[in-house]
Amino acid sequence: MSTDTATVEQPTSFAFSAENQQKLKGIFAKYPEGRQASAVMPLLDLAQRQHDGWLPRAAMDHIAELVGLAPMRVYEVATFYTMYNLAPIGKNHLQVCTNLPCWLRGSDEVVETCKKKLGINVGETTPDGKFSLSEMECLGACVNAPMMQINDDYYEDLDAASTAAILDTLSTGGTPKPGPQNSRKGCEPEGGLTSLTDAKGDA
Amino acid sequence: MPKLTIDGIEVEVQDGLTVLQACEQIGIEIPRFCYHERLTIAGNCRMCLVEMERAPKPIASCAMPAGEGMVITTNSPAVKKMRQGVMELLLINHPLDCPICDQGGECDLQDQAVGYGMDRSRYTEEKRSVKDKTFGPLIRAMMTRCIHCTRCIRFSSEIAGVPELGATGRGEHMEVGTYIEKALTSELSGNMIDLCPVGALTSNPYAFNARPWELKKTESIDVMDAVGSAIRVDAKGPEVMRILPRLNEDVNEEWISDKTRFACDGLKRQRLDTPYVRRDGKLEPASWDEAFSAIADRVKGMDGSKFAAITGDMACAESMTALKDLTAALGSDNIDCRQDGAALDASCRGGYVFNTTIAGIEEADACLIIGSNTRKEAPIINARLRKRYLMGGFKAGMIGEAVDLTFKHEHLGAGTDTLSEIADGKHSFAKILKKAKKPMLILGQGALKRSDGTAVLAMARQIAEDNGMISDDWNGFNVLHTAAARVGGLDLGLVSGDVASILDGCGSGSIDVVYLLGADEIDMNRLGKAFVIYQGHHGDAGAHRADVVLPGAAYTEKNATYVNTEGRVQRGRLAVFPLGEAREDWTILRALSDVLGHKLPYDTLSEVRQRMVAINSVFDGDDEVTGGAWGEFGVKGKLDSSAFVSPISNFHMTDPISRASETMAQCIEALLGDNKGKTGTDG
Repeated sequence: MSTDTATVEQPTSFAFSAENQQKLKGIFAKYPEGRQASAVMPLLDLAQRQHDGWLPRAAMDHIAELVGLAPMRVYEVATFYTMYNLAPIGKNHLQVCTNLPCWLRGSDEVVETCKKKLGINVGETTPDGKFSLSEMECLGACVNAPMMQINDDYYEDLDAASTAAILDTLSTGGTPKPGPQNSRKGCEPEGGLTSLTDAKGDA
Repeated sequence: MPKLTIDGIEVEVQDGLTVLQACEQIGIEIPRFCYHERLTIAGNCRMCLVEMERAPKPIASCAMPAGEGMVITTNSPAVKKMRQGVMELLLINHPLDCPICDQGGECDLQDQAVGYGMDRSRYTEEKRSVKDKTFGPLIRAMMTRCIHCTRCIRFSSEIAGVPELGATGRGEHMEVGTYIEKALTSELSGNMIDLCPVGALTSNPYAFNARPWELKKTESIDVMDAVGSAIRVDAKGPEVMRILPRLNEDVNEEWISDKTRFACDGLKRQRLDTPYVRRDGKLEPASWDEAFSAIADRVKGMDGSKFAAITGDMACAESMTALKDLTAALGSDNIDCRQDGAALDASCRGGYVFNTTIAGIEEADACLIIGSNTRKEAPIINARLRKRYLMGGFKAGMIGEAVDLTFKHEHLGAGTDTLSEIADGKHSFAKILKKAKKPMLILGQGALKRSDGTAVLAMARQIAEDNGMISDDWNGFNVLHTAAARVGGLDLGLVSGDVASILDGCGSGSIDVVYLLGADEIDMNRLGKAFVIYQGHHGDAGAHRADVVLPGAAYTEKNATYVNTEGRVQRGRLAVFPLGEAREDWTILRALSDVLGHKLPYDTLSEVRQRMVAINSVFDGDDEVTGGAWGEFGVKGKLDSSAFVSPISNFHMTDPISRASETMAQCIEALLGDNKGKTGTDG
């Protein structure tokens, strides 16, 4: 996301919820003594999940204090990774991969469907706050291209129709089934195996 | 000791050096932007590429350790082509607005583009532009020009210890900045301007005022604090345009504090350029003759004991010598250089200088700071302490106000109670000092300018002696001064009077005439009915109270000697001539002495300097630290349990020059906001 967050209305304070306070201890315990600064990324993620999917500055400052880093170092991390959102974001964050393999397999169609159905452009959020649309660089699922990530889940082997179906399910509050949206099982070839057909199970 | 071949020259270098450093040792210059010898290695500009035999790709020489048997080529056509490629990439997003850029003429990118650039660009797409950022009143940031060398980021987190700068975003969207719009709070921030290899960070007060080739450069010494940083004064005609640091490994390395760099605009404001005489309660401009005769009317025939003199914090040793001699000639010994009443003993030099020396800090392994906020009182010394801390194995403890010193230290306590505990060996830090091989202590003016100052001094001496700080090859006892003139004054023995009793004498009428040589930090209300002669360069507190004002020269306007807190005798040089009727200070005293009938026996600068050497042989040195003798100083006594307070509450305004500086006022507004208008040294 853009690093220019000057216009974002920022809450004045941030604190982890009681439940997350517990998780926090578990996260810190993963790192050796004196290396607590390493916890910065999982903590930012935790804060983002707690705070409607985006990271307010107060949260970054709070985390800086927790891990013993200068606030600037935390801003650097948070602005570097696209997974951290520094401005309010829709409930469903549609992240469509538009890199070469996905593009060759029709990611344009997926983006177009999202734009048309939701009436927003890339980088925008619907007025009801349900959907945000972003274009992503390679998300590492080229074998099932084209694909998009919605919040934590991958939706693969998309086309216009399956994209529209997913959006419909989401807008009625349902959860579409993640993974390939056609007949494929995982990343097996469409229509079943074509090689190693007799090597079953313990091969 | 790896042996390698560079351009056919065999060279053996120390372990741990990089290929770039090895090249430098045999005089081969490697172009670079991100590499800086005082910062960590980043290796991200790629300008220093060289060829290495058997390596598949060019190597970044700044990041490659020199290894045994390496064969390096730095001057082949291939290397030139690689660097041209790097330069072309760097210039893709650089605006090339040199005609309106202040860095023009002293720009690394400009210079190296002459060597490696092309005469035209092949890039026809749109250039990247970055929204301008504000880094406070001192630094002008034009981040579109930034080439992402990250020197400023590394400086702020490593040297300054105030990690406020960083790189946000990534790839093409990477921007160097503070993320949140705010002024940088480091006292050393101006050094980033020097470090920036392009025009991204330039000096704000100096913006669009001059080009480097128009400036007359004079090497001199700073007087804004007692560090005595080596500076270069850049002047255009009669005006000081800017102050830059000069390399002095023993003192300031290549850094200077923001006050040193930016307070120079105070030299243009509130200046005294003609003598003044008070007539019917109002100061009126006068000629030198009128001013001198007004003084003569009052002083001639007066009982010498009714004359007193106080020298200020920026007075040069020459003028203090002349005033000392004049005071003595008038039959008085009432002269003091300790405006703030610090309990310093001039009888033993080891007891009032920074014996360890600034460079010597790097050898120490434990440090006790007593009553000093080193970060505000001497940012350069603080940077050296931080440097020592970063080397590891350094324990620091501090007694005084709990402040951020930019390096890890233990705050031991606020006042003399903790000090006594350490002296008695009861405190845990006493054990650290005992165990340390080269322990040191820094005694600040905040601990000495108190009524129990001599007792604190005695206790500090006791701590030094009890904890092995004093030996044949190590002296860990350090007094940190805040006034550039102080050690010089003590070396000249200007302690026969005492500011407090002089002021009391003025009140009671036992003192009739007070001569203030640039002394502005005393309480002018206590001068009572005394006839006050003020000699100095700024219309500050002293001039307002004075009956006769004699316009002197500021530090950029005279050839003068200053002794820094280490006891290092250094010579400042004249960069511009004194303003209007103003004169070099010792000549004013010499001329006045003639009018008063006690003609001083020197007519030239070298004769004054001979007289200084006659008073104290340390003045024979130039840029040398003469070790101070160790002896008895301080008087044991009852301690006041109140907390130590640093003499500097407002870093940006501590003296007549910085108080007159608009830039410093802007800093205070930007950083302190609510503290606006506070004058500072009142502590």
